[in-house]
Amino acid sequence: MTVFALIIINKAGGLIYNKTFYEAGLNKISTNDYLVLAGTFHGVHAITSRLNPVKNPANRASASAGGMLTRPDPPSGLEVLESENFRLQCFTTLTGVKFLLFTDTTQANVDQTIRRVYDMYSDYVMKNPFYQLEMPIRCDMYDRKLLSYIREINNR
Amino acid sequence: MSHVPTGKPTGKEPAGLRYPTNGKTIYHRPLNRSKTAELSQSSFAYLFSEMVTYAQRRVTGIQELEKRLNNQGHPIGLKLLDLLLIREPARSQTRPLNIISLLQFIKMSLWQHLFGRQADRLEKSSNPDTPDEYMIIDNEPLVNAYISVPREMSQLNCAAYVAGIVEGVCDGAAFPARVTAHSVGGNEDGEMWPGKTVFLLKFQPEVLEREALIASKV
Repeated sequence: MTVFALIIINKAGGLIYNKTFYEAGLNKISTNDYLVLAGTFHGVHAITSRLNPVKNPANRASASAGGMLTRPDPPSGLEVLESENFRLQCFTTLTGVKFLLFTDTTQANVDQTIRRVYDMYSDYVMKNPFYQLEMPIRCDMYDRKLLSYIREINNR
Repeated sequence: MSHVPTGKPTGKEPAGLRYPTNGKTIYHRPLNRSKTAELSQSSFAYLFSEMVTYAQRRVTGIQELEKRLNNQGHPIGLKLLDLLLIREPARSQTRPLNIISLLQFIKMSLWQHLFGRQADRLEKSSNPDTPDEYMIIDNEPLVNAYISVPREMSQLNCAAYVAGIVEGVCDGAAFPARVTAHSVGGNEDGEMWPGKTVFLLKFQPEVLEREALIASKV
């Protein structure tokens, strides 16, 4: 069980963070390719979220009958992409930031892992006065906490 | 407290000032409460982050930025000295009269009140040329919990704000001093406390003069 890499994409489709946690057997790709990958995924994600725009209308009717006017959750779009050798899990935050986690196909509890990564992002990136929104993340503290967390998972 | 209006709603709501529905205003709370009351660290982190951003406007250098953070903390220190002393039990309600008891007060009461724990260490400068320098050491300053300083500003330590608070306490207790914050934790991976910070207190010469005078009288 291994976590390979993490990519964070901002709401405009720009790459703001990428980190590889596991070196053996992975091909290196250039920074430019990372940017292309992020942009492409952003586009594909936008398309997939339009494929099923309305989520369970019956559910919505019962909710509004109870007196509460609720807006349905936005369609989530692509969540998991699985291949023979890896599994890509995508987590979109309410503000449109996407976390992509590349793992082994047998990796369990990826939801929790990605949630924790998001937690750390909101702590060590968003609470940092020197971070500018939508710009690449360069926070030592985030790097450090992330590495020690993922190392713990990979050594389990 | 009889003169404080209880804020019972009297028929028609008057325009302007509104009271909480249970009738208790801030004046009804005892001064000595909140020994254990805690605040959310997140909200503090966001507030502090905005304070740093605010201080960063229109400054030309890191020293000026630290000076501004220091100035933001200074009035808090002045006020906390009074508040913490009045919360002490009646028999120990005295202002610290020598440097050591002042430092103990800062290390214990002030740190306990602000951060919920004591500072990690107190040190006196071992350099004989600078007998006026004392150090308070905090391994993990709470204000820096979520802050990563960019590489091009590596001399900056946002705990300059806490240094300002300490400076306020010293000034209020009539021990005028310059207090600065310095990062001493290395950036290596094996470092146990990467955020370790030293607060350097440099007392004015008259403080030491007085200290020597008191010591010789006793």
